[in-house]
Amino acid sequence: MKFSENWLRTWVNPELSSEALAHALTMAGLEVEALEPVAPAFDSVVVAEVLEVVKHPNADRLNVCQVNVGETQPLTIVCGAANVAVGAKVPCARIGALLPGDFVIKQAKVRNVESFGMLCSEKELGLAEESQGLWLLPADAPVGQTLREYLELDDKLFTLKLTPNRSDCSGMVGVAREVAALTGSPLKPLEIQIQPVALPEQLPVHVADAQACPLYCGRLVRGVNAAAPTPVWMLRRLERSGLRSISAVVDITNYVMLEMGQPLHAFDAAQLSGGITVRRARNGEELTLLNEQAVKLDDAMLVIADDARVLALAGIMGGQGSGVETATRDVFLESAFFHPDAIAGKARRFGLATDSSFRFERGVDFAATRQALERATQLLLEICGGSAGAISEVRGEVPQRAAITLRRSRVARVLGIALDNTQIATLLKRLQLDFVVNDDDFSVMPPSFRFDLSIEADLIEELARLYGYDNIPAQAPQAALTMLPYSESQRPLARIQQTLVARDYQEIVSYAFVEEQVERDLCGNDKAVALQNPIASNLSVMRSSLIGGLVGALRFNLNRKQVRVRLFEAGACFAKVNGEYVQSQQLSGLAYGATQPEQWGAAAKSVDFYDVKADVEALFAPQLLRFVAATHPALHPGRSAQIYCGAQAVGWIGELHPRWQQQYDMAQPAVWFEVELGALTRAAVPHMSEIAKSLPVRRDLAVLVDDAVAAQTLLDAMQQVVATYVQEIALFDVYRGKGLEQGKKSLAFRVLLQDTQKTLTDSEIETSIALLVDMLQQHGAQLRM
Amino acid sequence: MQELQQILDQALQQFAVISDEAELEQVKAKYLGKEGSLTVLLKGLGKLSAEERPAAGARINQVKQGIESALQQRRDALQQNKLEQKLAAEALDVTLPGCGLGTGGLHPVTRTLERIEQLFHSLGFATASGPEIECDFYNFTALNIPENHPARAMHDTFYIDPQHVLRTHTSPVQVRYMEAHQPPLKIISSGRVYRVDSDATHSPMFHQVEGLWVDEEISFANLKGVVQDFLQRFFERDDLRVRFRPSFFPFTEPSAEMDMSWKDGWLEIGGCGMVHPNVLKHVNIDSEKYLGFAFGLGVERLAMLRYGVNDLRQFYESDLRFLKQFN
Repeated sequence: MKFSENWLRTWVNPELSSEALAHALTMAGLEVEALEPVAPAFDSVVVAEVLEVVKHPNADRLNVCQVNVGETQPLTIVCGAANVAVGAKVPCARIGALLPGDFVIKQAKVRNVESFGMLCSEKELGLAEESQGLWLLPADAPVGQTLREYLELDDKLFTLKLTPNRSDCSGMVGVAREVAALTGSPLKPLEIQIQPVALPEQLPVHVADAQACPLYCGRLVRGVNAAAPTPVWMLRRLERSGLRSISAVVDITNYVMLEMGQPLHAFDAAQLSGGITVRRARNGEELTLLNEQAVKLDDAMLVIADDARVLALAGIMGGQGSGVETATRDVFLESAFFHPDAIAGKARRFGLATDSSFRFERGVDFAATRQALERATQLLLEICGGSAGAISEVRGEVPQRAAITLRRSRVARVLGIALDNTQIATLLKRLQLDFVVNDDDFSVMPPSFRFDLSIEADLIEELARLYGYDNIPAQAPQAALTMLPYSESQRPLARIQQTLVARDYQEIVSYAFVEEQVERDLCGNDKAVALQNPIASNLSVMRSSLIGGLVGALRFNLNRKQVRVRLFEAGACFAKVNGEYVQSQQLSGLAYGATQPEQWGAAAKSVDFYDVKADVEALFAPQLLRFVAATHPALHPGRSAQIYCGAQAVGWIGELHPRWQQQYDMAQPAVWFEVELGALTRAAVPHMSEIAKSLPVRRDLAVLVDDAVAAQTLLDAMQQVVATYVQEIALFDVYRGKGLEQGKKSLAFRVLLQDTQKTLTDSEIETSIALLVDMLQQHGAQLRM
Repeated sequence: MQELQQILDQALQQFAVISDEAELEQVKAKYLGKEGSLTVLLKGLGKLSAEERPAAGARINQVKQGIESALQQRRDALQQNKLEQKLAAEALDVTLPGCGLGTGGLHPVTRTLERIEQLFHSLGFATASGPEIECDFYNFTALNIPENHPARAMHDTFYIDPQHVLRTHTSPVQVRYMEAHQPPLKIISSGRVYRVDSDATHSPMFHQVEGLWVDEEISFANLKGVVQDFLQRFFERDDLRVRFRPSFFPFTEPSAEMDMSWKDGWLEIGGCGMVHPNVLKHVNIDSEKYLGFAFGLGVERLAMLRYGVNDLRQFYESDLRFLKQFN
């Protein structure tokens, strides 16, 4: 809602500066988004009449003008504008005038002719971005009057950011009421004169859907001059509210809407056939709107129709072919109350947001519907002439306004301040709310103009607002102290993140939506959860893995000359499974470049599968993981594995597929992992086991196997052996090459044996080791001596 | 006897100039070895009379002790010397950089969230979470925003299908939590939220922290108290002022925008209010018995103010030059 301060002050004129008034409104919940002057500062600019125009003796493009500024002697002014003409009324900046841009007008010689001022364009006065020649003022502009006075330029524009509950302030009457409530200044009511009925005719009005349209008022006005000019005062107010002048009749309907918050519509009565019907559209009916948009309707839409066709989308926009044109002689004026439920969301269906739908979907004062029609009639007769018929009113069930009980005790509980009855009564009166007091309770009647007041909480908010949120103290709550549960079998995310940070990974946060192609390429996912209205085509589907964001971030940094990039992200990933959206929290990391930052003490080594595998193992420790070779669309088929924690697959690890490495322009392979956060946050509460009294015995077993045999196969085999005293079996060396047959490798295992009670004898040790060796041999391993 | 003194003097002289341990042991043999001069003298004692023998023996032993002690001193000195040389040779350039891994760091939003959560934990707030693809019902309807309510248009919602949206705020967690728990309850919930909006001050994805406290006696004055306390602690400024401005959210009443003093003006920092009775009704909490407040804060906003970040988009570019500044 945008309006002129001067206009507001004709209703209510508090002794507050513009800024103080704006602050008061903002602090009452009517946020003043902008407060700006109508015109920039300038002075000594008056309305002047050009009396004589003579070519400048020394310059082709200049004229020497005699200008009447309301004094006995005309001023001589040299002017270069092409549109200067005898009889024109133009703004004249007199000597000493200060124009926008700190431009001071001085007496000056222009090519040897003295000039005593400057005739101005709109641009020179800071009122337009561009202008062509002098600003030609209306012929009746009073010569000698200052331009600021004449055009009321000492005015300011208020722009309110209205919250959806305050539709009452989408009319000046509501804003003025609010200002009166806030400041205590008296409110000058709008006087509406009931117009005499001078026409025996009435159009029949039929409301087929009384729920959607509980009140409809309309009247014929015949013999109007639709080409009459809109009065300057009205134009000015419309313009300062951001509305363009269209024609006198339309301007009047818009003006009353701004004034009273009631949208109106004017039909050309000659274009109507038969009476007016308010009804649901029939499926498939069509209408071309005033903005030339053709819309196809269905029975969810409320329309205004005559006997032949649909005329308008009720409460949203009129249609073509029935609107008022300059040739229109007879007008049918409509002022109706459409129920918010019937209008809400409907304009949006057609991509529309009109001044009318804005008001109706929030709620319009149904007690002022008829008054608004009277007001519009009054202005129409004044400006365009004509004679009005009687009002056809169809009234159904307008919304019931039930009294609301407001308990003093509840006010105190909700707000935390004790207001006494007198304070509450004073605040209610300022809000123009009628009430009855019963002991400590108030029975308050919500007025028709406040759609947002229907329960006690609404009234408490009103009291708080008017009392001032600032005046409510900030108080620490009093509550029983209890501790929060803190499970030790849940590892907090922060600790998990910290593990990666300590291993030189940098956390990133990337968008949860990615490019569809990325999901297809890197996740083999052609059923990604898609957005209906993505913000950009490269952010159109929800990620099913964090890999897209990490790879994107890696590329971003490689393009900025980073050579070693280690990133991780924790976040939700999305899929649709059996019609349900599955949202799993994942943790994912990506390492690229050297294992360590470039340094003097160590040879540079590119990060490989095993480096990142160690990071993943550290994340899960003390839980042990298993890595099973498996293929993934993003990964090198020979260098990727699925990660298992117990029997549960919890993630993936591997080197990025050379195909993507090449496509994404990476000089080296990147190693990526992703695991379910749920598997990481589970943690067993430690339980101590006895420490052995004897020292462990170590035996190393080196075996020769085919290259294709996975180390895990042999480890698993040995784990199956019931070999007493074996505490740990671990692989500590792998060797291929010189001295070994092609296609073979040597694996060396460390075996630790121990008994908790006694020192082992050689024969006990040898028996256990022999069992292990036997098992290794069964798996094709050959013991190396 | 003069001979003895000579032997001692000679030995001491010889030891003093030897700088090699092996040589020292060889020289030692000259005096104390089987054929050593002192050994010879000791053997010669037998030729002396029984009267002379003890005195002579004692003198020889005295000299022997003198030699042995000098020998030990020299040995120690040589060893000390050798150690010092070794240490000197082993000295490092301690100014060379340390070796090994670097350290990574947390994202500034995570850092901010941890801080926020810790502050609220200190007041006994538990943590709750909810889905990011949210049912239209929880995101809107249960929060007193029925279909076609004008407030829906203000949310610039991403739709997945007609019944599912990317949550536009963390407030649905309030509803989910209240459905599952009985008051008194006190939670915060943080996470990603989504709006169809993108420029220097709007991101299509950003983070919010939602707070909810429902109890028998919780007032608007308490809401002011908690929020003010939080902001002062978060920014570590006791002089930070907080301003509450009436506003409208369908799920709170009274509702307020929270502004905080910043430089010469006020900055909007979030929205809050007393939980709307309709919201409590949706989750079967008796709004006569219980009252509650809720607030929502923009995490990036807080991070930007705290760390001097001026473009919201930097949080999501993953530029290491930006991220490393928060480690």
